[in-house]
Amino acid sequence: MNPVTPKMSPNVVSEAPNAAELEKTAPSGASAKLRSTKLNFYYSSFQALHEISLDVHANKVTAFIGPSGCGKSTFLRTMNRMNETIKGTRVEGEILLDNENILEMEVSHLRRRVGMVFQRPNPFPKSIFDNVAYGPRINGMASRSEMAERVEKSLRRAALWDEVKDKLHKSAFDLSGGQQQRLCIARALAVEPEVLLLDEPCSALDPIATAKIEELLFQIKDACTVVIVTHNMQQAARVADYTGFFLLGKLIEFDSTEVIFKTPKVKATEDYITGRFG
Amino acid sequence: MLRRVLSGDGLAQFIVFLSATAILALTALLVWELWSHSGPSRAKFGFDFLRTSTWDPVAGVFGALPYIYGTVVTSAVALLIAIPFGVGAAIFLAELAPPRLSDAMTFLIELLAAVPSVIFGLMGIFVLLPLLLKVIPGFKDAAGFLPIFSGPFYGPSLLSAGIVLSIMVAPFIISVSREVLLAVPKDLREAALALGATRWETTWDIVVPFARRGIMGSVFLALARALGETMAVTMVVGNTPKIAASLLAPGYSIAAVIANEFVEATTDLHISSLIELGLVLFGLTIVLNGAARLLILATSGRASR
Amino acid sequence: MRAAAFQTAGGLSFRRRAVNVFMLGLTGVFTVLAVSILFFVLGYLFVQGGFSLNWNFFTKLPVPVGETGGGMANALVGSAKVLLLATCIGVPIGFLAGIHLAEYSGAGYASVIRFVTDLLNGVPSIVIGIFAYALIVTRIGFSTLAGGVALGVMMIPIALRSTEEFLKSVPVSLREGAMALGATKSRTILTVVVPAAIRGLISGMMLNLARVAGETAPLLFTALGNQFWSQGWRQPTATLPAMIYEYAKSPYEDWHRQAWAAGFMLLALVLLVNVTARSIIAGGLSHKTR
Repeated sequence: MNPVTPKMSPNVVSEAPNAAELEKTAPSGASAKLRSTKLNFYYSSFQALHEISLDVHANKVTAFIGPSGCGKSTFLRTMNRMNETIKGTRVEGEILLDNENILEMEVSHLRRRVGMVFQRPNPFPKSIFDNVAYGPRINGMASRSEMAERVEKSLRRAALWDEVKDKLHKSAFDLSGGQQQRLCIARALAVEPEVLLLDEPCSALDPIATAKIEELLFQIKDACTVVIVTHNMQQAARVADYTGFFLLGKLIEFDSTEVIFKTPKVKATEDYITGRFG
Repeated sequence: MLRRVLSGDGLAQFIVFLSATAILALTALLVWELWSHSGPSRAKFGFDFLRTSTWDPVAGVFGALPYIYGTVVTSAVALLIAIPFGVGAAIFLAELAPPRLSDAMTFLIELLAAVPSVIFGLMGIFVLLPLLLKVIPGFKDAAGFLPIFSGPFYGPSLLSAGIVLSIMVAPFIISVSREVLLAVPKDLREAALALGATRWETTWDIVVPFARRGIMGSVFLALARALGETMAVTMVVGNTPKIAASLLAPGYSIAAVIANEFVEATTDLHISSLIELGLVLFGLTIVLNGAARLLILATSGRASR
Repeated sequence: MRAAAFQTAGGLSFRRRAVNVFMLGLTGVFTVLAVSILFFVLGYLFVQGGFSLNWNFFTKLPVPVGETGGGMANALVGSAKVLLLATCIGVPIGFLAGIHLAEYSGAGYASVIRFVTDLLNGVPSIVIGIFAYALIVTRIGFSTLAGGVALGVMMIPIALRSTEEFLKSVPVSLREGAMALGATKSRTILTVVVPAAIRGLISGMMLNLARVAGETAPLLFTALGNQFWSQGWRQPTATLPAMIYEYAKSPYEDWHRQAWAAGFMLLALVLLVNVTARSIIAGGLSHKTR
């Protein structure tokens, strides 16, 4: 845990909880699916992340919140090494996926296990069916006969099946923005990732589309671990089991959502939650 | 794990890298072939190759001046005609025509650039030459005292080739000039108009000078094209290796003589001389194209400031 | 001096107004002239040769002077062979190199390749012919192969430029989407980027082909010509543009007639391909703005 000296309010404990204590407060059976240890990240000479250490628990929804530019998206993208597509980036530290260091894994293999949904829907210029089938196809995960089943299953999990079942071979661009984003979620789910990273997935969508996506996150977490970056605190409060608050590239506080929003241990967190800044 | 990288993604990257490098190798090979195969004539004639005008395959004497002269003259005539027409049309298309009309007309003019050279030659032989044969005698009555219009006119001539070339290079001048004119910032025009200048004065005094370099660039591009033009020229120029003062006399160009004599050339020296001509042409077009690109870049740089 | 011209007393001088109208009108005349030349050429070719595009033209070999009923069948086949070979040489090299420039290359190397390719593009076609002669004809003799190599080299620069341009127009978000699913870079390019750019790539290839289809000069001393059918790839062959040239400069009426027919056919095809290719590109652009 990031040792920031807490400014205390009368009814909180006198020291910041450590990882061991966090284990105790977590529901039984939960363990660290992803563990980041002292992660530093640089865009060329600029240090964007400072000593980030946290545990993402299996089959839970973890949210990262914080003001613009605080590093939450950057951290998310280190978890599937998407930052490597940018020139000049550098990572120091360790991220373990089930005790395997992801920085030493083969990167396409990692990305099959840790999937990502982006801020703006980015369906391929293919049919709806082919979009969802793309991941399994290139990873050799299903035979042709099994593919239809797999596509249907993924679209159901993304709560999109009923809306598209009669037009699977139409272009993905025929869908609305909210539908396209759910298609991207279905596409990501089709490769059966162990972890799903979502980078502000609802920021380009209307409230109804947003509600649909939040709804399906509850159902997805049974089969995979969810990490979501959001600039909308209420969204984090609604969907997340655990929340981490980032500020200026540092992890200020990480705890169960209830603690963060009701009884935050660090003053900066409290200020952000109550809207005093950012 | 490593093997997977090497066999899949790494191989693909290597193949595309190889293709890109192949182009470099190919171009280097081209230059080398031109240089080495022209060795015999370069060694034998040196710079006299470019200065003397006796081209005698039987005697083994090769002086390229008539071809250089013909190339320069036909290109000059082409530009003299194409520049006013081309810049004028570009002005109309950039400043006056409504956008959709301008786009449609530009599209058609750019199609003209796609017409094969041999078609222009065909039209040149059967349409332009007869037309000139009708018109020139009357013209000579008026201007025949000038040395450039002296002498008999039989059809095939430097002038005819120049006219055909002008039609072929005009689309380049029009297309590129139109683009550089469109790129001139609006406030410049508005400032002039606000002072009470007419549309024409604004265009001619302010806009065109601003785009001057880009227009020059388009002229260089047109010139490069004209120099290398083979078929249309050889079909109407007369294919006579003589240097005459009159535009009405037949002549020859570098590209035309290569096209006509290459197959018949029997001696090594003859072939070598023809290839040396190719080298000269190569050098000229490289320089012109390079200069053209720099000039066009210079104008777009100005416009974006 | 100009400033003085600007100062007017209560209105423009007649001279300035007249100049304005005249010059602007003149530019309009020039433009109309330029546009009409295309129609004039097309129309004239049609009138002179359109009706000679008969069965004989497409199926018969050339016959000796004086006889009628000859055609250009061998030239049509010859052109097709040469163009096929040119496409097989020029397009793969240009396409793959274009992928390198758009997806892999560092900025420095990319500018070198682009510069050299532009150089190659500016080389007059007859000099490319000399190159193919030196490379192929000196070893194998006048042949379809030599002609194909000459035209193929001419196709490379345009194939490279258009590939690079259209691949670069595919948004980064599409690439990221594929890579986040575990696709390797080469997989991403092959299955997502190239398909997304396919309209532009195909129309670029069509324009490229139309450009070299009309080239005559390099063929004159590579493929040479042939009165009869050409067998295989190592024999000289007749090609359409070269035949037009031969027939046009001959003194025979019948050959002139055939030259017109061939010219019309060549021009019509070239223009058709150009217009089709450009409308594919334009159609693709409007699709993208959804």
